[in-house]
This record gives sequence, structure tokens and C-alpha cells, in this order.
Amino acid sequence: MLNMETEEIIMENEVRLTKKTENLVTGNTGINTEYEIIARNLNVFYGEFQALKDVNMNILPYTVTAFIGPSGCGKSTFLRVFNRMNDYIDGFRIEGEVFVSGTEIYSNRIKLEELRRKVGMVFQKPNPFPKTIFENVAYGLRIQGVKDKHFILERVERSLKQVVLWDEVKDNLHKNALALSGGQQQRLCIARTLAVEPEVILMDEPTSALDPISTGKIEELIFELKNEYTIVIVTHNMQQAARISDHTAFFYLGELIEQGHTKDIYTNPKNKRTENYITGRFG
Amino acid sequence: MKRTRETVIEKFLLSSALITILTTVGIISVLAFEAVKFFREVSIIDFFTDTQWTPLFTKKHFGILPLLSGTFLTSAIAIAFALPIGLSIAIYLSEYAPKRFREFIKPALELLAAVPTVVYGFFALTVVTPFLQKIIPGMSGFNSLSAGLVMGIMIIPIISSLSEDALRAVPNSLREAAYGMGSTRFQTAIKVAVPAASSGIVVSVILAISRAIGETMIVAIAAGQQPRLTLNPLVPVETLTAYIVQVSLGDVPHNSLEYRTIFAAGITLFVFTFALNNISHWIKNKYREKYE
Ligand SMILES: Nc1ncnc2c1ncn2[C@@H]1O[C@H](COP(=O)(O)OP(=O)(O)OP(=O)(O)O)[C@@H](O)[C@H]1O
Ligand SMILES: [Mg+2]
Repeated sequence: MLNMETEEIIMENEVRLTKKTENLVTGNTGINTEYEIIARNLNVFYGEFQALKDVNMNILPYTVTAFIGPSGCGKSTFLRVFNRMNDYIDGFRIEGEVFVSGTEIYSNRIKLEELRRKVGMVFQKPNPFPKTIFENVAYGLRIQGVKDKHFILERVERSLKQVVLWDEVKDNLHKNALALSGGQQQRLCIARTLAVEPEVILMDEPTSALDPISTGKIEELIFELKNEYTIVIVTHNMQQAARISDHTAFFYLGELIEQGHTKDIYTNPKNKRTENYITGRFG
Repeated sequence: MKRTRETVIEKFLLSSALITILTTVGIISVLAFEAVKFFREVSIIDFFTDTQWTPLFTKKHFGILPLLSGTFLTSAIAIAFALPIGLSIAIYLSEYAPKRFREFIKPALELLAAVPTVVYGFFALTVVTPFLQKIIPGMSGFNSLSAGLVMGIMIIPIISSLSEDALRAVPNSLREAAYGMGSTRFQTAIKVAVPAASSGIVVSVILAISRAIGETMIVAIAAGQQPRLTLNPLVPVETLTAYIVQVSLGDVPHNSLEYRTIFAAGITLFVFTFALNNISHWIKNKYREKYE
């Protein structure tokens, strides 16, 4: 038994998926639908300081894009442009255009809450809510007003299975999430994001606080998830970027120096600075 | 030379601490000592079950319940009034207000706690009660409603200030997570920040309750001095504290049973506030290590 709201949500998702697949199949070239994310002539400022300089990027759906570059080059800033998380920072200012699945997200008409349901985010430090494991995953549905218990239950289970956490926590769903290990917490945070079925998942160094085993699990997970989601990930780990991403973008001092297929960037970088960074000569 | 000075300072600080502890121990011993004497003459069962408190009348009753109900009633009204307002202020200040406004308004609010309580008492008696009497006909000149409301005003800053501290201690990463999931500002505040700060908020409320129970001047002036077992907020009542004031200031001979009643009332009061303070400490410690 689904109530009206959940049905609506499911319908919406179906319509969305069909539309996207159609576009992919027919090769519809309408610029706003072929790419999941488009950034055009983007300049970002924090007060006087310019953090991003004339950045242009197109991101295809169902791909993993890695942002690499030395500390402070603007990777996080750029990532947080896509779900407008920089909006809370004093002095933040943006010029240019950003489209997510065809919608200009910095227009006045956009509702931030809707954008963020479409563009989920996983942070560097696992940040589960101090609630139960179950409530963490159910959170997104609850704030959307979903009441159907059965629906929520199913969605929580599915999301936890997607992140391969289900078997570890299924007997402890009502335990506080803060009791989980760091790696488990991070997978829980990913599950929390998946539960509202976003189109895009932004990840800002999601494994930098984790041990190698947990990191491996999350990398595997990202590999699985890209079948259903468009993923953008910031990482300082060159091997990680090489392992999991289809496209790589190298940033340096606020400029997008080079972007392309990960394989090409790694085997045949066109820019000297990219080469130096990848080979570990600076940064 | 320097060495001896250090020792002197250390000894001085230590003795200050000791004096404080000794004073507390002294007060508690006197309280307990006199209370024991009291309970030699009055059965503890009567004390807790008799519904009348008339130690100063010829027909004496020693039932503490009317004083407890008076204390309970005024405190409950105060908390019922102060909790929603104090919590709203705390949420507004920590989740909505711009930094500059918060820095200006917080000390201003704390000023409320600095007003002498006798001023509040007269405010209740001479402003609030006459005003309420216009709305509620038949309300007595002394009553727990206006005393409770004004006491509520007094404890608002305890709740708002401590709750705000608790809310601000919630790591921003949780708010980011909430916003990142598509929460509105209000949802972030109510569904994430407040639950995460709940232990601190509960502590603030307990301290406010403890302050209300121990408050003397406001209730002595505005709530009346008629021990009465009632939950009617419109009639005069007497609280534990008001009774103690009444007897201390009156001409009851020392060392009489009547005089010892104030120690019985005092130790009852002490047990309550002591328990509340311990509960708040316990909550504070239990939840302290929640965020590293
Ligand atoms: N809130 C802020 N206010 C002012 N300047 C900021 C703010 N956040 C970031 N910056 C500046 O913007 C630049 C880009 O920061 P950003 O966090 O995007 O870098 P990053 O590439 O993610 O670095 P890291 O690898 O260390 O995470 C840096 O020079 C930083 O100092
Ligand atoms: Mg960063």
C-alpha cells in the first residue's frame, strides 16, 4: 500500500529515468539534456579572492568524474557549486551558468531543497546524524513527508544493501549510528543519500578519513553506483582517481588546467603541470 | 623566594576551596540535625500524607503536601511559560540570527537574570496581577498564576542561554548533512540540531526547574502565604520557600517545634534541588563524549 505522496515520488523517478534513457538512446543533442551537469564560464569568489577562474565542464550521466589537484586549488568549491552548498559562506559570489539535468540551478526559480534531493552529497568526514541507523537512512524520506511505513522500510533496506552495509547492521537498525566504525558510518552516509534516489552524488574526499579496507569497499561501491548515478568525486589519492573514474579534471590555483578521459590524463597528460602533479613532483 | 610565594598562593587557593566545602557541609548538617529533631516529634508519615499545613495554628497539622503543591504549581507555570519561549529564542539565535545580532541580544537577555527578584515580585503583584484580574474575573490578589508567569520571565534566560550554547556545540557538519539532504532551515533546526543538542537542552530545563523551585522573593510577594493543597492557579498558595521566609521573619520562638518546621521544609527543598542538580550533572557527563 503506497500513499499518494510516495506514488508521486515513484512516478517522478520513473519519468525521470525514462527521459534520461531516451536521450541517451536517441543521442538527443539538446545541450541541456545530454549532459547531467554543465558549467559555463564559471567564476567563483570568496570576497575579493577568486577561487575559480573561468571554469567550463560537461559531465555525462552515469559516469564517475574525479577532481584532482593540490590543496586549495578549488576542488571542493567547484563540487559544492553543484548543490549550492557554498551559498552559506559569507562573501561567496558566483558568475556564469550551471545546469543540472537541464535546469539552471542558480536561477531564482530553483528551490534549494529540490536541487539537493537531486544532487546528493557525501562529505569528507562521516557525518551521520546522532539518530538510529534506521532513522539516518529514513531521514530524507521523512523530511519529504513520506509517511508510508512499509515504503520507508523497504527503501531503507534497499539503500543499506546497495552500500553493502545491510548484513552488518540488520540486527542493530535501532542502534545509534555513532556506534558504527568510521568506514561503516561513511557507507551509512552514502546509503542516506541513496535513499532519496538522487541523480547526482557529490563526494568530497569520501575516503580520506578511512582505513584502506573501508576505502576499498567504498571504491567498489562507487564502481557499482555509477550504473545508476552520476558521480563526481574529489580525491587526493591519484591511484583512487585512476581506479574508479572515467573522467578526470585537474585543477591548479582555481583554474581547470586539463580534463578528459582518465586514461588519457594519466598516460598522456598534455599539460606539464598535470604531468608533474600526477607523477608526484609537486602538490 | 619565588618558591615560597608559589606555596603561599597554592595554600590560599586550597583554603578558599576548603572553606566553601566546610560551609556547605555545615549548612547541610544544621539542616539535617534540626530536621531530625523535628521528625522526633512529628511522624514522617503524617508529614507526607496529611493534607494540611497549619503549624502556627492552635490545631496543628504538619502535612507538607500543600507547600509542595504550591511549589509545584508556581514552578510548573513558570516552566510552561519559559520553555517554549526560551527554546524558541535559543533556536532563533543559534540557527537563524546573524552573528552580530546574536552578540548584541544574548547579553541583553541575560540581563533579565540580573534583575533583583524582589523587583520581579512587585512587578507580579502590582502590574501582572491587576492586569490578569481584568481578563480573569474572580482571580485573587495573591495567586500562583502571576507569580509563575513572572518567575517564567526570570528563568527564560537560563533556558535560552544554556540551550543556545548546547545548539551551538552541535557540529556544523551535521547541519551540512541536513542541508545536503534537502532539509529546509526549519527542518535542519528541529530535526537535526535540536535532537543533537537534546541533552544540553534538558540540562538547561532542569536547572531552570531547580531555580524555580528555589525561588523565594517572587512567590513570597505575589503568590500569597496560605498553604493550600490545590492546582487552581487563581487562588493564594504558599511555597516551601515562602513559608520559610514567613517563619524566619516572624516572631516564632527559636528552638520550638514551630520553628523547626522551617528545617523540615528546608530539607525537603534541599532534597529536590539537590536531586535535580545531580540529574543534570549525570546527563551532562553521560552525553559529553558524544562528539569526540
Ligand atoms: N569559506 C571560505 N572563505 C574564504 N576563502 C575560502 C573559503 N573556503 C575556501 N576558500 C579558499 O578558496 C580556495 C579553494 O578552496 P577549496 O576548499 O575549494 O580547495 P580544495 O581544492 O578543496 O582544497 P583541499 O584539497 O585542501 O580540500 C582556497 O584558497 C581557500 O583558501
Ligand atoms: Mg577540499
